[in-house]
Amino acid sequence: MSLNERKKAILALSDGTVVHGKAVGYEGITGGELCFNTSMTGYQEIFTDPSYYGQLMMMTYPHIGNYGTQPRDDEARKVMVAGIICRAFSHEYSNTMADRSLQEYLEDNEITGISGVDTRKLVRHVREEGVMNAVISSTEMDEEKLIQMAKNWDDMEGLELASKVTSSEAQTVNGADDFRVATFDYGIKQNIINNLNKRGCTLRIFPAKTPLEEIKAWKADGYFFSNGPGDPTATAEYALEAVNYAKETGKPMFGICLGHQLMALSEGLKTTKMFVGHRGANQPVKNLETGLVEISTQNHGFAVDEDSLDEKIAEVTHINLNDGTIEGLKFKNFPGFSVQYHPEASPGPHDSAYLFDQFINMMKK
Amino acid sequence: MPRRDDIHKILIIGSGPIVIGQACEFDYSGSQACRSLQEEGYEIVLINSNPATIMTDPIMADAVYMLPMTTDSIREIVAIENPDAVLPTMGGQTGLNLCRDLEKENFWKENVIKIIGVDIDAVELTEDRQLFRDKMEEIGIEQCKSRTAKSLLDAKEIKEELGGLPIVIRPSFTMGGAGGGIVWNEDEFERKVLRGLEMSPVHQVLIEESIFGWKEYELELLRDANDNVIIICSIENMDPMGVHTGDSVTVAPTQTLSDKQLQHMRDAAIKMMRSIGTFAGGCNVQFAMEPGTDRLVAIEINPRVSRSSALASKATGYPIAKVATKLAVGYTLDELKNQITGTTSACFEPSIDYVVCKIPRFNFDKFPGVDEELSTQMKAVGEVMSIGRNFPEALNKAWQSLEVGRDGLGADGYEEFDRKTVRERLLKPYWDRSMQIRNAFKLGASIEEIADITKVDPWFLQQIRYMVSLENRTEGQALKEISKEDFFELKQAGFSDSQIAFLLSKSGEKVDDKKVRDRRKELGLTPSFKMVDTCAAEFPAKTPYYYSAYEGENESEITDNKKVLILGSGPNRIGQGIEFDYSCTHAVLAAKEMGYEAIMVNCNPETVSTDFDFADKLYFEPVYWERVLDIIEHEKPEGVILQVGGQTALKLGKRFVEEGINIYGTAFEMIDFAEDRGEFSKFLKKLDIPFPEYGTAREVEEAVKIADRIGYPVLIRPSYVLGGQGMRIAVKEEELRKYVANILKTHPENAFLIDKYLEHAIEVDVDSVYDGEQLHISGIMQHIEPAGVHSGDSTAVLPPYSLSDEIIKTIEDHQEKIAKNMKILGFLNVQYAVKDDKVYVLEANPRTTRTIPFLAKATQRPEAAIGVKVMLGAKLKDFDLESKLENWAIKEPVFPFDKFPEVKKELGPEMKSTGESIYFAKDFNDEHFKKPYEFKSLYLSK
Repeated sequence: MSLNERKKAILALSDGTVVHGKAVGYEGITGGELCFNTSMTGYQEIFTDPSYYGQLMMMTYPHIGNYGTQPRDDEARKVMVAGIICRAFSHEYSNTMADRSLQEYLEDNEITGISGVDTRKLVRHVREEGVMNAVISSTEMDEEKLIQMAKNWDDMEGLELASKVTSSEAQTVNGADDFRVATFDYGIKQNIINNLNKRGCTLRIFPAKTPLEEIKAWKADGYFFSNGPGDPTATAEYALEAVNYAKETGKPMFGICLGHQLMALSEGLKTTKMFVGHRGANQPVKNLETGLVEISTQNHGFAVDEDSLDEKIAEVTHINLNDGTIEGLKFKNFPGFSVQYHPEASPGPHDSAYLFDQFINMMKK
Repeated sequence: MPRRDDIHKILIIGSGPIVIGQACEFDYSGSQACRSLQEEGYEIVLINSNPATIMTDPIMADAVYMLPMTTDSIREIVAIENPDAVLPTMGGQTGLNLCRDLEKENFWKENVIKIIGVDIDAVELTEDRQLFRDKMEEIGIEQCKSRTAKSLLDAKEIKEELGGLPIVIRPSFTMGGAGGGIVWNEDEFERKVLRGLEMSPVHQVLIEESIFGWKEYELELLRDANDNVIIICSIENMDPMGVHTGDSVTVAPTQTLSDKQLQHMRDAAIKMMRSIGTFAGGCNVQFAMEPGTDRLVAIEINPRVSRSSALASKATGYPIAKVATKLAVGYTLDELKNQITGTTSACFEPSIDYVVCKIPRFNFDKFPGVDEELSTQMKAVGEVMSIGRNFPEALNKAWQSLEVGRDGLGADGYEEFDRKTVRERLLKPYWDRSMQIRNAFKLGASIEEIADITKVDPWFLQQIRYMVSLENRTEGQALKEISKEDFFELKQAGFSDSQIAFLLSKSGEKVDDKKVRDRRKELGLTPSFKMVDTCAAEFPAKTPYYYSAYEGENESEITDNKKVLILGSGPNRIGQGIEFDYSCTHAVLAAKEMGYEAIMVNCNPETVSTDFDFADKLYFEPVYWERVLDIIEHEKPEGVILQVGGQTALKLGKRFVEEGINIYGTAFEMIDFAEDRGEFSKFLKKLDIPFPEYGTAREVEEAVKIADRIGYPVLIRPSYVLGGQGMRIAVKEEELRKYVANILKTHPENAFLIDKYLEHAIEVDVDSVYDGEQLHISGIMQHIEPAGVHSGDSTAVLPPYSLSDEIIKTIEDHQEKIAKNMKILGFLNVQYAVKDDKVYVLEANPRTTRTIPFLAKATQRPEAAIGVKVMLGAKLKDFDLESKLENWAIKEPVFPFDKFPEVKKELGPEMKSTGESIYFAKDFNDEHFKKPYEFKSLYLSK
């Protein structure tokens, strides 16, 4: 079928920008913070990453959907983004291992999207103007109404979203070795679980708001704080209790993304919302301890504020080579470290997987 | 670590003359390496025997040695220059092999010269099949499954283990893999196994699973001294395993791999690079993947820059050779900035937001009888690269770039194909596979059928079928009725106005590309220009490197400067190659020096002139009328330079005149006039300059009549061709009829000429520049081979070695008369034949030629720059025109006959050489003179 036979859709930004395209996925209206990702592969992992919960994901690579979808590429039990935007959507796909086309997958997950738009122009727009909210619609076609909707959409700043994507009850994933890792799920990616588990850890995955008594009772050898969506300061309001408890135990602690921010906040450091954020699988991170560079997957719109850093509290272990922002911390007052980026990758390079080993080694001591 | 201070003077080994498989791309990487080292203040010594390269220009190195590519030459240079390091990775396999040969003699250590950019052991390891295999096994990288058989019985068992036929047989320890090959059926199997067992000195054969038809991939890697590794680009071959990657249609980035598969490949590539040494530099790794599975096998690894890294650089904007050179002298990736953005780190992996498509260019037409089936040995002579916002757009643009007379992927008037031919053409890999796939869809074939016989991944087939569906939709429509949306969709899919005109004409209305263009503009459909920025727009970029797309936003901002547009020469092919890139590069630099903003247009990824920081603005686009006009309408330059882009650019001349676009230099009417033999001969007659008798014909009988009149042998030549395409010498009527029939097939629209062929005449080639007042003779070259051998295939000697002063004076007079009366402004090349002390003019070319770079190197005068500056208004009297040539310079052609063993070597008026070297001779006792002289008439054929 040629593109012109496909149903129309509109993308409206809160600043009044309107773009026309073709409907993909589920027919309807959706909205959220408009962000972009520069990964050229891994769309399914990105769409199911809980850290993207509630965001409209614009893929900069034009052809999306080429190899269909398959269960092993899911990072969570469902699609987490609120909507998708791309340049050239592959309605047909080629992959005998796939079970569905991306179109069917989005329909099944009730995710609305738009294709056939000049994504590059929009990336440049967001890059210049900063992140903003937007609405995608394939049902309501009144531009003014849609702009208004985008304007009224909830701002990400101050938004607590981890509780929306966390698991509903605690579960255990048994590992080959003895290490028991209490894992706080603020929207954990499947590949973090896989990475810890394949290194022998037994995980107890606790929902974000698990009562402290339950955590204490499990007697962990180490504590892991996961990635997740939303403003870290909002999640911190309830999550710091668990972080502080973990610190008291003196056991090794490891945090990724939102987990990293929570650990920093628990020590009195501050987080700020970034102008554009880092989202892609090609971000260079320098490990200041080894001098080596790792190509990392990143997905964050908030970062630990450099100005709030205190040498007595934490040491910067990793920085972003592009803009110098903090990417990793080693804490001075307890045996813990954390990174802003995603060593579990998925999608993206595996350069940083050594951090999981580092965590295991700390527990061995 | 910052730059190394323990080295000061670096020897760079070039790749020598252009041959199939090792071409212009090494001038691109070599030039980047030179500039990269210059920036760091190192002294550069260079060896390369190829005069047509930019890297051998005095601007590139402190000392340039144009000597034969041998270990003896390197010894000689080292004795004079005493360098303290050698960088062998920029000169292809030639560079690595020379370095390795000298290493075996302990030469580098004895002379205290450090090898940088590669570990010498890595060269051995990657070239020796068995060593490579063992190493991969050691580090756990999967290879094709195989086992050694000592008997036919063993072989049968192994075959069953491997899942049956096809399988590959490799006899152990035979020279060059003799006796091996792929086995498709049972009959062949026993025969080939037995033959292999017999041929092997140890009576063993390796039975290996066949990966023919598997998906093929390449990754381009960079590593620094800290062992940081980054992947610059991933490339997917549309042609599956079985076709050399240089002969395959390739696409960047990969289209059909999931992230898990791609990361698996990335991990394997990094592991492989780390296993072959600790050097800092570039690497290329090739993989095959079994369709429908995650099974990945390593094919090979090359520890140097390559054709693919040149492509990857142009595809992503990331200057691989430049950065690899910096890494070789000690920098680490995190110390370098991404020069494209100017602000972010060079230590990252480019993300692109477009699709890149490469299609190789072949020259089978030059070699009648050649086996056109593609295989694991490369046969292409050049390539084009195109950039689109989707695959259909990139594919159509690539076909527009190829200059094989097509306006895109079909829908352009070449509609004569039938089911049988298409099927036969698809059963085996041929150069036009993508076109045949399109034809198959046009005939109603299904994706499954085509995938089954070609093994091309269905995703590409789906895309081509979509393109065909657009064709089919358009066929019934009329120009006035076609909706803006439909029109837009066609343009977004890369369809040219000519293709659309062809499709719309099917409904009966006569539509041409001009009408389509007008209507398109009426509807407000014009292309935008998007930037190639390495980062998918994540960061602002500074580099003015653009491609066109039908999209909302235009990123190419127009300045108020006076601008000149320089047209490149498209894909390399025999007769039109690196020499034109040389002239384009100098045209860019000359235009800048003359105060112009220089805008370059070309689609050849192997060129220096399309490097990201040469021109003020680069449009990586087909040198195809519609695309060029789009750029001109956007940029509104003062004028265009056509004379440095070979026939590619000149062919568009007429259309520039029609559009009223200013052409710099000699008036286009005069360029056109030189091609019109009738008018040109009248002109020569008026000037009292002799020329061979001739006649113009359009059909066979006319040709025979002319030949009867002027007498055999005759030379048959079509107009508007380069490299003597289609030219033949006929000694009798029968031959004449045959050749004319052939020409009418390939060039039906042109008249052709029947010239009297001057037997045993001496051919002389003269390049010059004329500024309206003064003539500057760039060089008079006397050919060793007799007239009748194409000038590009001849051994040319500068200055002449056996012409009398009187003859030379006559030639100079003729040249001046022609220049003056043709009102030349810029370049003029004239070819002469000298027979019985009479000087005949064979042809005149008012443009740069293949010999311009040779002359520039021989005389050490910037010939290309002088000509371009004159075109832009400079006067010859302001240049230093003194030649620094002592004794003689010889241009020696290099032929591809070793790549086409089924074709016999014969030389004639159609050019067949792929490249050349320069040799400086002190006297005529030199072998480089004596040998061609001895054989001068041996290969002359037709």
